[in-house]
Amino acid sequence: MDIFGIPIQALMGQLLIGLINGSFYAILSLGLAIIFGLLNIINFAHGALYMMGAFGAWIGLTWLGLNYWVALVAVPVVVGAVGMLIERTMLKHLYKLDHLYGLLLTFGLALIIEGLFRYRFGISGESYPVPELLSGGFNLGFMFLPKYRAWVVAVSLVVCFGSWFVIERTKLGSYLRAGTENAQLLQAFGINVPLMITLTYGFGVALAAFAGVLAAPVFQVNPVMGSNLIIVVFAVVVIGGMGSIMGSIVTGLGLGLVEGLTRVFYPEASAVVIFVIMGIVLLLRPAGLFGRER
Amino acid sequence: MKGKHIGWIVLLLLGLIAPFVVYPVLVMKILCFALFACAFNLLLGYTGLLSFGHAAFLGSAGYLCAYTVQGLGMPPELGLLAGTAGAAVLGFIFGSLAIRRAGIYFAMITLALAQLVYFLALQFPFTGGEDGMQGIPRGHLLGFLDLSDTMNMYFFVLAVFLFGFWVIDRAIDSPFGQVLKAIRENEPRAISLGYDVDRYKLLAFVLSAALAGLAGATKTLVFQLASLTDVHWHMSGEVVLMTLLGGVGTVFGPIVGATVLVSLQNYGAELGQWVTVLTGAIFVVCVLAFRRGIVGEVALLLKRSGIRP
Repeated sequence: MDIFGIPIQALMGQLLIGLINGSFYAILSLGLAIIFGLLNIINFAHGALYMMGAFGAWIGLTWLGLNYWVALVAVPVVVGAVGMLIERTMLKHLYKLDHLYGLLLTFGLALIIEGLFRYRFGISGESYPVPELLSGGFNLGFMFLPKYRAWVVAVSLVVCFGSWFVIERTKLGSYLRAGTENAQLLQAFGINVPLMITLTYGFGVALAAFAGVLAAPVFQVNPVMGSNLIIVVFAVVVIGGMGSIMGSIVTGLGLGLVEGLTRVFYPEASAVVIFVIMGIVLLLRPAGLFGRER
Repeated sequence: MKGKHIGWIVLLLLGLIAPFVVYPVLVMKILCFALFACAFNLLLGYTGLLSFGHAAFLGSAGYLCAYTVQGLGMPPELGLLAGTAGAAVLGFIFGSLAIRRAGIYFAMITLALAQLVYFLALQFPFTGGEDGMQGIPRGHLLGFLDLSDTMNMYFFVLAVFLFGFWVIDRAIDSPFGQVLKAIRENEPRAISLGYDVDRYKLLAFVLSAALAGLAGATKTLVFQLASLTDVHWHMSGEVVLMTLLGGVGTVFGPIVGATVLVSLQNYGAELGQWVTVLTGAIFVVCVLAFRRGIVGEVALLLKRSGIRP
């Protein structure tokens, strides 16, 4: 069966990869948006922390014998704790300064983390086996669906919408949204805002690390996997705007699919299609698809 | 204005003496990066715009210059011109898109656009992909000065640098530069005073991109090489660091920053991966504790001790 001369297996396969990439874009841009909302910092280290998540899973398995499921819980906690340490020791000194300093500091951190991992692991990369429970796949008749890839998409959606629910529909989330609007006023109401900021940063970082663990069996685990991804995620954030949580999720998934489709119909452009879309969105709707000017 | 005149004289003297004391190719590299950083500082230091994509101008001008000289067999001065003009055009496109958003978005947009240029450089047939373009002839300047001679090349690079630096210095002191500073300090006020802020920003962006291109084209002639390193986002980060380290918004700061960082990379080459870590660490220290940069701190010290710079 062909669609526009493309075998349907190939089309579906690329769409699935697109959906997986889109899931990572969604989780990472969600984290960036949450952090930016409260801290007013664009976390350049997000990609490096995602990479730490993937390496955390690999180190856990190879050095400590911890399996995938343990890593999926433990690694985000550990990396999240590293994030909170970073926030407490460095980022908190920058809140009164121009936003740009936060970007520069986290850029420096990204270089440090990436350099350390490159020093220890080289750039060739390590491979991480698919956990036994999720190996193999389903034959859907028109395509073969590897179980692990289906799992990545499903669990990413759960995490994204779970985060959306917590932020938009619970009391904890209302504190977070209030802090985004006016942190000083929230503090006056007796909420420990500095603690909340630390936890928020830790949560955003933990999301990145979680995506990293999910990515470990799909992609090669290597020290530069994060920096290549984070620039695309920045473009996703510019396209979607950081004003809305749902916007980040939808934009991330949608752009992953668009990228997958481009890989089918015009592979040469697949690396640049998101940047081109960013340019078009800036021309037509500078505030981003879901953004508001501020 | 006295302090600046002293600065210019010191700069000239250093420029004349340096190639006889230090390896001339290293000094040429420093001069190219110093011009690159000064061009960048025009945006960050004087207009308050953080471009995280300046490598695109450096690198694409390098490729254009290489193609003009090697592919079309043109003389080096036309190569520089082509590189600079190309970077200016690219700067116009980048600028028109990026100034639609302010602050942090501006940085992300320029970074993403530069990544687009990186991928194009990787895929275009004439750039040589991963290998880059090698063995670019330096040629004869204006038909008679043989640039393959290191000292001829050095003084040519010094002249290009001084020209670029002079243009930036003039721009900063001109009424145009005053408006840029006004935008940096208080954009809404500049708007209410009747200035077309977007046009000024765009003009500053194009000027900065063109001069960054001049630096990139010159660098290509020096090393006879145009490669992906110059369009990579690491390079965009490096120029930010040079400016930050030397002193954002100071006239001579970027030169000092470029000198320190290029020397560090040159003499620290055996450190391997640690160079990246060290670069990152300098970034962190600069942001946390050293935001005025070297020149900024020195100027402050002089001011405190009562000497009027």
